[in-house]
Amino acid sequence: MIAPHRKHALWLAYALHRASGLALAVFLPVHFYVLSLALTTDGRLDDFLIWSDQPLVKFAEFGLIFLLAIHFFGGLRLMALEFLPWSPRQKTYAAFALAGSFFVSCTFLLSAA
Amino acid sequence: MSADGRILKISVWRSGADADAGSFQDFQVPANQHQTVLDVVSWIQQNQDPSLSYRFACRVGMCGSCAMMVNGKPRWTCRTHVKKVLEDGFMRIEPLRNLPVIKDLVTDMDPFFDKWIAAEGVFHPTKSRHDAFASIKPDNPARIEANKAVECINCAVCFAACDVVANNADYLGPAALNRTWSLVNDARDGGQAARLQAISQSGGCHNCHSQQGCTNFCPNELNPTASIAGLKRKTIATMFKRGQHA
Ligand code: HEM
Ligand code: SF4
Ligand code: SF4
Ligand code: FES
Repeated sequence: MIAPHRKHALWLAYALHRASGLALAVFLPVHFYVLSLALTTDGRLDDFLIWSDQPLVKFAEFGLIFLLAIHFFGGLRLMALEFLPWSPRQKTYAAFALAGSFFVSCTFLLSAA
Repeated sequence: MSADGRILKISVWRSGADADAGSFQDFQVPANQHQTVLDVVSWIQQNQDPSLSYRFACRVGMCGSCAMMVNGKPRWTCRTHVKKVLEDGFMRIEPLRNLPVIKDLVTDMDPFFDKWIAAEGVFHPTKSRHDAFASIKPDNPARIEANKAVECINCAVCFAACDVVANNADYLGPAALNRTWSLVNDARDGGQAARLQAISQSGGCHNCHSQQGCTNFCPNELNPTASIAGLKRKTIATMFKRGQHA
């Protein structure tokens, strides 16, 4: 349940930004570890890439890309809010960030399929 | 007022022996066509329980003393129409969030006002009565910025809406920082260095996450988030300027 005083678009944008930031912090080390496999152990990256070709894993990657995209676009919105002259269209920008993130991550999903 | 026969179900927070611990008490209040939340609270106090404590003064949205939580959202009760906030004929009325409760619906506003002082939300004059008036043109950009922030009635609705206030006891809060921003843009003020120092510290403007609960609920349609963003820019610009001298 979301408390009544939080039920507005920009609070939800904030919550999404925090959740995606924390999720990135958890997943990025794993991501870099996997990349490091390419440099260190023979064949293990290939094993991993074969594993990651499964549809479920592809779908999880879609989630990751979505998180990165929403955090990136949402972060840009926050920095624009704080450093550029004020614009009253904050909700529109938050919606654009969401739409942009879906676009980027769905493009990945379609090209992976 | 014309009663239309409907009955409102109202649940009001009552303090126990210990002011912070208490429980809800239910009341049935006759509905009227043009009825504010404050009218409902006053009706209960006048007709059902004279010991109910609450605070108001002007009843026209000037004094900022009547704010309460209504169905979980902070509102100025004297100018909030019941029909705007009623949910299924029901209204839950609580003291303002993020402030200590004195009794029932009355909060202790001291922490709120102490933070105005801590945020250097006070004017530091540079002239005496013997000097000529400062002349500031209405189209002066700083004056335009100050104008946008100046109509605050100190109601603490924004303070109650802000989750950073709830989670960080040191955070100065939207109203105090909004006030600071109007003074940062006041050419007559002589205390700018101390002011920027005060709001750059832990608990200052950089603690704001731009959630905009304050802006969403401010009954005077002020925009504390924009004011705080202004302070963020100002403090960062000042930091770079200082860096050049060091
Ligand atoms: C892609 C470029 C990125 C941009 C433009 C960006 C931007 C931002 C901004 C502006 C904030 C402050 C939000 C606030 O004040 O509430 C923030 C918070 C945060 N970021 Fe990022 N970020 C980026 C990448 C990342 C990455 C890769 C991670 C993971 C390691 C990350 C983790 C976080 C976390 C945990 C927070 C704290 C969330 C919060 O305070 O609510 N960010 N980011
Ligand atoms: S914008 Fe800043 S001050 Fe306003 S409610 Fe959000 S965190 Fe609090
Ligand atoms: S900024 Fe708005 S909500 Fe906050 S104290 Fe002033 S008038 Fe009330
Ligand atoms: S009673 Fe003065 S603002 Fe509501």
